[in-house]
Amino acid sequence: MSRYALWAVTWALIVLVLLMSPAVVVAEALKTGLQPALASLSDPDAQAAIWLTLEVTAVSVLVNTLFGILAAWVLTKYRFPGRSALLVLVELPLSISPVVSGLVWLLLFGAQGWWGSVLEQAGIHIAFAVPGIMLATIFVTLPYVVRTLVPLMEQQGRDAEEAAMLAGAGFWNILWRVTLPGARVALFSGILLTTARAMGEFGAVSVVSGHIPGMTETMPLHIESLYNGYQTVAAFSMAALLAGMAMMAVLLRSVPERLARRKEAQA
Amino acid sequence: MSVRVEHLVRNAPGSARRLLNDVSLDVPRGAFVALVGPSGAGKTTLLRAIAGLDNFEQGALLLDGQPMGSMRDRARKIGFVFQNYALFPHMTVAKNIAFGLDVLPRSERPSRSAIAARVQELLELMQLPDAGASYPARLSGGQRQRVALARALATGPGLLLLDEPFGALDPIVRRSIRSWLKDLHERLGLTTILVTHDQDEAVEIADRIVVMQEGQIVQDAPPEDLNRNPQTPFVMEFLGESSSFSGTVRDGLMVPDEAGILPFSVPDTVPPGPITAMARPYEIQVYTGADLLAAQATVSLVAEGVRNGYRHYRAQLLERSIPFCVPDYTEGRVKYQDSVMLNISRARLFRDGVLCV
Repeated sequence: MSRYALWAVTWALIVLVLLMSPAVVVAEALKTGLQPALASLSDPDAQAAIWLTLEVTAVSVLVNTLFGILAAWVLTKYRFPGRSALLVLVELPLSISPVVSGLVWLLLFGAQGWWGSVLEQAGIHIAFAVPGIMLATIFVTLPYVVRTLVPLMEQQGRDAEEAAMLAGAGFWNILWRVTLPGARVALFSGILLTTARAMGEFGAVSVVSGHIPGMTETMPLHIESLYNGYQTVAAFSMAALLAGMAMMAVLLRSVPERLARRKEAQA
Repeated sequence: MSVRVEHLVRNAPGSARRLLNDVSLDVPRGAFVALVGPSGAGKTTLLRAIAGLDNFEQGALLLDGQPMGSMRDRARKIGFVFQNYALFPHMTVAKNIAFGLDVLPRSERPSRSAIAARVQELLELMQLPDAGASYPARLSGGQRQRVALARALATGPGLLLLDEPFGALDPIVRRSIRSWLKDLHERLGLTTILVTHDQDEAVEIADRIVVMQEGQIVQDAPPEDLNRNPQTPFVMEFLGESSSFSGTVRDGLMVPDEAGILPFSVPDTVPPGPITAMARPYEIQVYTGADLLAAQATVSLVAEGVRNGYRHYRAQLLERSIPFCVPDYTEGRVKYQDSVMLNISRARLFRDGVLCV
């Protein structure tokens, strides 16, 4: 009996908290029918926002995957002074408010910032431009790949790599054929979390972007502008698209596990 | 491949504690050497140093008379089997075995068909002809063990290093894989160094046993020698159950301190003074001669049943009891009575922690 009660509570929570919000978003977007919703997405500013989001996401994922792999390697394969401090520092972006980290970038690269005037003279624009948005997003999404890889690689230990080394494999062969395939589920999971987070980042990007429609507005920023401009249908259509993209990423996470299980069942 | 270790010293990382303390070892080509000792004695540390997996602070390491070159050069000449096998879980058994060949630079790499043939040859040698397509997770412990061995042998190394390879196997598999490994060692003409904490295993499989304690080699001898002349009480105890008796040597006789144990004559080379005698259970005998004085015969016997062809007893001395045993077939011929004395004249004598000869 209590088991059914537990199920009921669990499902009620999931429906209320998790499923309601995307359902409401989609319902709002389609309130006037599919046509206006699609039309709002083909608006040039909307298109620009979608492209910018994809670009920023691609760059962040690439940078943080490479960084994450190297950082996880260093943190798990070596013992050095300051290692535990580094492990904590890597998580900093999770604990700091994204707005604060956005402000830091402004302080460094903004026109009044420390390096702002030097960069201005060199003709490099970071604040209120695409590079700033990328930096902010990279900072905010930095921990995900590292944090999913570190526990797994820690648990795997050195044995497989030492075995590979004794079989004559060099660094890249070991990384490519042994370490990463051994950690591929965690790596994939970390990459998809980074993707979902990068697409949705609002706070840090909002501070550094300057909200220039068609130029420095990513999808979340564009949604806010639309909503503040009472363009409800356009705002919710964009929101539905963004939510859909993020959910795709999360759903993809379960694919490798399912594939592995099927392979196991066949063998 | 011959291995020569000269005065090797390795400290624990970041401290002055010595994991290996001036270790020297000479393993000629074709030898089968077992490194034994309690946990923390430095066996695995020494094996890893020989493999080049760990650095050392002082000393020298020569393989075939040459100092070790780069990891890549020597890697393929050394096969290493890890305690927990360390197979690559995402690769099939065949890919695991072929790994050492697959990572060769293109110019040296055998063709695909040659690699496949080599893998199949090794699988048959390991008595696993059909396992190639399976993943390691599907195999039993003994099978994984053999796959790990096949992987170590794939590049045709001259030196095989085994780190507690039988640790996780059940006793029956252990026994069969032991004799099979010994056979493989001879057939492939390997030089093998095996780490184990199981002295029976070492005695059965190796032609030389190196006993380690606290980072040092205590004794390095063939199994029979080790059993006959253990250099220290530690080696004596490590090789099997034993009891020790303190006493004094005077007038060519060892006189035990405890009541109920017969004095026995010792060689002239043993000078007078305090001494410790150590005997294994099967070396202790019961004395029931007619000349026994009732006051001396204070030992009573408790039977403990038959195990492995031996009839086991405990001899109750004044303050402790000593295990001993006799071959089962002597039962009936020797009659044990309640008040006897023990004859320990087959015991080894130690003074100041060293064997007296």
